[in-house]
Amino acid sequence: MNIPSKQPMRIMDEESLDRALTRIAHEICETSIGINSLVLLGVHTRGVPLARRIARKIELSESVVVPVGSLDIGLYRDDLSAGYSPSLKASKIPELTNKRVVIVDDVLFTGRTIRAAMDAIIDFGRPQVIQLAVVVDRGHRELPIKPDYVGKNIPTSVDQKIRVALTEIDTFDAVELKEDIE
Amino acid sequence: MSTKIEAQELKEKDPMYSLGRKHVLDLDDFSSEELETIFSSADAMAEVMSRDIKKVPSLRGKIIMTLFYEPSTRTRVSFEQAGKVLSADVINLAASASSSTKGESLINTTRTLEAMGADVVVVRHPHSGAPYLMARYCDRLRVINAGDGRHAHPTQGLVDLYTVRQHLGDVSGKKVVIVGDITHSRVARSNLWGLLAMGARVTLSGPATMIPMDLLENSGTYSKNNNKGIGDIEIDTNLDRAIDSADIVMALRLQLERQELSLFPTIREYCKYWQVNETRLAKAKQNVLVMHPGPINEGIEITSAVAHGIHSRIKDQVKNGVAIRMALLQELLLPKTGDDV
Repeated sequence: MNIPSKQPMRIMDEESLDRALTRIAHEICETSIGINSLVLLGVHTRGVPLARRIARKIELSESVVVPVGSLDIGLYRDDLSAGYSPSLKASKIPELTNKRVVIVDDVLFTGRTIRAAMDAIIDFGRPQVIQLAVVVDRGHRELPIKPDYVGKNIPTSVDQKIRVALTEIDTFDAVELKEDIE
Repeated sequence: MSTKIEAQELKEKDPMYSLGRKHVLDLDDFSSEELETIFSSADAMAEVMSRDIKKVPSLRGKIIMTLFYEPSTRTRVSFEQAGKVLSADVINLAASASSSTKGESLINTTRTLEAMGADVVVVRHPHSGAPYLMARYCDRLRVINAGDGRHAHPTQGLVDLYTVRQHLGDVSGKKVVIVGDITHSRVARSNLWGLLAMGARVTLSGPATMIPMDLLENSGTYSKNNNKGIGDIEIDTNLDRAIDSADIVMALRLQLERQELSLFPTIREYCKYWQVNETRLAKAKQNVLVMHPGPINEGIEITSAVAHGIHSRIKDQVKNGVAIRMALLQELLLPKTGDDV
């Protein structure tokens, strides 16, 4: 059986995670494209509460209502043997055509999830621009994808695991790095 | 290969796949968790069906064959539509135009379809157990039972359960009355197992000649003066009594092609005692759901007013048919493992 892995190392706590999201929210507002046509799309599972949090921060500072959608990319994966999400969730997508769409996810790794998300988005409409916001960029990209907004760059080895815990799902906020010893 | 494989072995679990099973032959061994996986997936599929572009790439490159030895509209078409929306290639074989008319055995047909590279075969057959026979001769091929004789129709059962769940949320403790020709209804059987797995209380009603003896005998407490079946199944041949405070009434199609069996004297008499009509429905709960697996003999087992009335969920059943079959194909064919990448 599995040898118990090392204790996870805490890389961000509740406060630093919140600060990172605040910064991402500000950066999204600062670009010249404007926030009038902004739509945030959270990728299931943890991207959805993250998108809601960023939207709330933008609403507080800019007094605009930001539409938030949720996207399950299970039907668009290209890696059928690695990482199919256990159960599909229904996607809820606001109008996307001619909008500025920001995909929100917790961890950017190979980039395959984001490729699938872009395929899904294009099935729903033709956004003016698609951008990407992630809490953690851990490297090891397998596709030419680069995030526009990053909470924290964390260089990792392939065997390590990054976990973003969120109160909405996991009862606490944190980013943890775990050695995966099997 | 040994031909004496127990039915149990056909239900071998396949932990590589999200549904954890190789074939879908009946609902009798589905756990409530497994049902929930399919229903949650069906919610996602319903969302896909509501889009302008009803096409997702998830089953690209998979081959689905439908093999129907009996006529069907909604089951075959909904499987074909489900496969196509998920980008699978769907090949329809009408048994009347296949080599079975030249005497090819079901076993050899199965081997042929597998050799041609099919991933799933969806089969309907007039003989109970035919899909089980096919499943024994499959190596890689998966079998979905789309109705075998009077035995089972698991996908219709899933559709009905999903429709119930959509309207009532939790099914446990709810009273479900299934009325009609229970003996010959594969839909009734599959629904029964699914409903029991989800904790519903089921009452079967209909002429005594149409209630299966095995259910009656297993009950041990059955008497001519009615009642008490196995587990949470009750049997009451008096529909007026059975329908009392029901949450759901499922009417079954009166299989007129079996009329020569003389199970009831006349259609008029059947209607008098077992037709689902407005008077009887008034005895059920105020927000009762009326369901029918179709095709309907309007004015026989159910009146037109009820079939198209406010309590009717028959249209939802048809609509949900595609989403459920999409979910089933998706969960059956796609492997799952651990983490998000």
